[in-house]
Amino acid sequence: MIQLTDLTKRYGKFTAVDGINLQVPRGELFGLLGPNGAGKTTTLRMIAGILRPSSGSVLVCGTDMRKSALQAKARLGYIPDRPFVYDKLTGGEFLRFTAALYGQEGPAVERRMDELLELFDLTPWKHELTESYSHGMRQKLIISGALVHRPDVIVVDEPMVGLDPRSARLLKDLFRSFVDRGGTILMSTHTLEVAEVMCDRIAIVYRGKIAAQGTMAEMRQQTASGELSLEDLFLKLTGGLRERQLDSVLGL
Amino acid sequence: MVARARQERDGSRAKLLLFGLTGLAFWAAVFGVAFRVLRYIHRVADIGDLLAGKVLGVILLAFLSILLLSNIITALSTFFLAKDLDLLVAAPIGWFRFYLAKLGETVVHSSWMVALLALPILTAYGMVYSGGVLFPFVAVAALAPFLLLPAVVGTIFTLLLVNVFPARRTRELLGLAGLATVAMAVMVLRVMRPEQLARPEGFRDFVEYLAVLRTPTSPLLPSEWAAEMIMNWLLRVADPWPIVRLWGAALVAVTIGALVHRRLFYLGYSKAQEGAKRKVRRPLRGPLAWCLQAVAPSQREFILKDLRLFFRDNTQWSQLILLAVLLMIYIFNIKTLPIHSGERIPFSLVTIISFLNMGLAGFVLAAVAARFIFPAISLEGRQMWLLRSSPLDPVAMLWSKYWMGAAPLLVLALAITVLTNWLLQVSEFMMAVSVITIALYTLAVSSLALTFGIFYPQFGSENAAQIPTSFGGVVYMMASLSLLAAVIMIEAFPVTTYLRASHRGVPMGPTPELLLTGGAVLALLSAATIIPLRLSARRIEQMEA
Repeated sequence: MIQLTDLTKRYGKFTAVDGINLQVPRGELFGLLGPNGAGKTTTLRMIAGILRPSSGSVLVCGTDMRKSALQAKARLGYIPDRPFVYDKLTGGEFLRFTAALYGQEGPAVERRMDELLELFDLTPWKHELTESYSHGMRQKLIISGALVHRPDVIVVDEPMVGLDPRSARLLKDLFRSFVDRGGTILMSTHTLEVAEVMCDRIAIVYRGKIAAQGTMAEMRQQTASGELSLEDLFLKLTGGLRERQLDSVLGL
Repeated sequence: MVARARQERDGSRAKLLLFGLTGLAFWAAVFGVAFRVLRYIHRVADIGDLLAGKVLGVILLAFLSILLLSNIITALSTFFLAKDLDLLVAAPIGWFRFYLAKLGETVVHSSWMVALLALPILTAYGMVYSGGVLFPFVAVAALAPFLLLPAVVGTIFTLLLVNVFPARRTRELLGLAGLATVAMAVMVLRVMRPEQLARPEGFRDFVEYLAVLRTPTSPLLPSEWAAEMIMNWLLRVADPWPIVRLWGAALVAVTIGALVHRRLFYLGYSKAQEGAKRKVRRPLRGPLAWCLQAVAPSQREFILKDLRLFFRDNTQWSQLILLAVLLMIYIFNIKTLPIHSGERIPFSLVTIISFLNMGLAGFVLAAVAARFIFPAISLEGRQMWLLRSSPLDPVAMLWSKYWMGAAPLLVLALAITVLTNWLLQVSEFMMAVSVITIALYTLAVSSLALTFGIFYPQFGSENAAQIPTSFGGVVYMMASLSLLAAVIMIEAFPVTTYLRASHRGVPMGPTPELLLTGGAVLALLSAATIIPLRLSARRIEQMEA
């Protein structure tokens, strides 16, 4: 469903994403991990068609994002890391607008909107301008926006940020049920526990490249890490803080 | 990200240079006008110095009113809405230090433009009256408390307002009230027809005129004290009172301001954190959505979305009030021109005025396009992720933005051109030339405004009114005014030919020269419409959010 081939993004001399190859099949929840500035968000934004790759290709459901962007985007739902929405639209208007961008309208869309708002406890806020929404409410609204047109693939950047435990649990269940029904999710996260529990497979991105990928067992095997936890594996691959540095920072 | 930031920094140097040069040219122009006027006033026997002092007082009074309004709006941002406040309020900073720092920030943000404008004017005063090497220090000593006083008043007023209304609602109220005040003041000033006051027969005798000059315009305001302090230095008058009043008032004001801040700031700041809940009463569907039924759902909702955002954002629709007032003044000016007031005015004069009026209308339209069409793409700002990740055709988005701006502008352009030409009672030939030119020019400036807005987007800007003053906005204005100048220059030929023919009483036929100039204008304006739109289409397809 998602296939990245030698995907590269350069800004002048700086290479943010350096020849990433990745394949996420139908019915899989794939996690992208990596330290800040590793290139996760840039990769996801290229898959969503927001950034243009310097080289390489992105296929969504077999459609090339560069050659047939509109067809590829029609199959995809994107949830960014920061929930920027139009402040002067109500939650309901935002969802209606999002559905219309995907060419959908009418009573079926209105029903779908109401279902999603109900699911995320946003029904009482449907007719309120989003400028009065909290961060978490905005996050739930853009998640609803990504689901309103019933996509085949969801690309999601840090989905749990700003969500209360109830909403976070709801989202985990929602994502799991989405992939169980044949959908595909590519998700970036910093929360290793979330990745470990939710994802079928994981890739660790470091300095624009994939340092390791596979199931937990496969990654341990690749890196000869024995029974290391995901956190230890992550730190081993991306370089953790040394004790000496911590001492100097804390003044011990 | 780092490399991109570096590239942007290189580009910003060029922008800074262009801004610097433009600023210098503007500064030189203000200085030139001020210097000439002052030199003339200075030479007027007996009343020259009085007149110069009076003019300075009036200028500073105008500055003071601008500063008061600007300080209230700025203080609201610096004291209650700024992004650094959470950090500063949580930090172990004493209340007085915090107050002084924020007051300083308010003064700088609200007054830099006034200070820059005052610089060439005061330089002209210093040079005409031979102020000497110490004059700049005197000017600074007069300006510092003069700028500080309205800032303190602004902060106190804002503190009181925020303790009554939510901060965000206060900003909207202030913005609207400020705009309405400015619009009304401009309107009243124009309808009073101040040009009549310049007529000497307006005064009964010289003594009455002198009495008006000697009376201070506003003796209780810091503008008068600052003007007196500066004029006393220039005229070598030893009077310490203006200095005492100015600095004493500043000291007292800062003390009162600090005490009010100590008492009310934390209460107001807590209140400012509360969001203002707003339910939408008019969702803007129904008839309008029905009218757009033939349009594809994505484009229809896109247009409805733009309209909703425009009419729900006070910083946007309120500009229409100002636009309406300026247009009324423009039409009023044309109506009060003394060309059809009984005496016979040469036909050539009416034709020339009508031709120049076309230039003026073009300027107005370029400015309106800068305000309403140039920010169109920038206003998508942080929501661009949604548009770029959706299957919305970017070119369809471009056309939607173009016609959303160009269609109402075209209606406005034709309305003012036909109305002003009708008031001027121009010939059919001039009416046709004006209407066709203005219609084509409107389509071209709409295209240019949108294109420059796409090439120089301001995605970070939260206030639509600030976007046209960016680098791209300035370059767009230069381009659209150059286009206007080129059109006027080309059309000067057929208009003079028409005038000559009318003078000789010969009917003017379609000569090859006339057809050529008509074709040149048509080609120029068509190119100015089509080429930028094509460049925009290419750019918007490649745009990264």
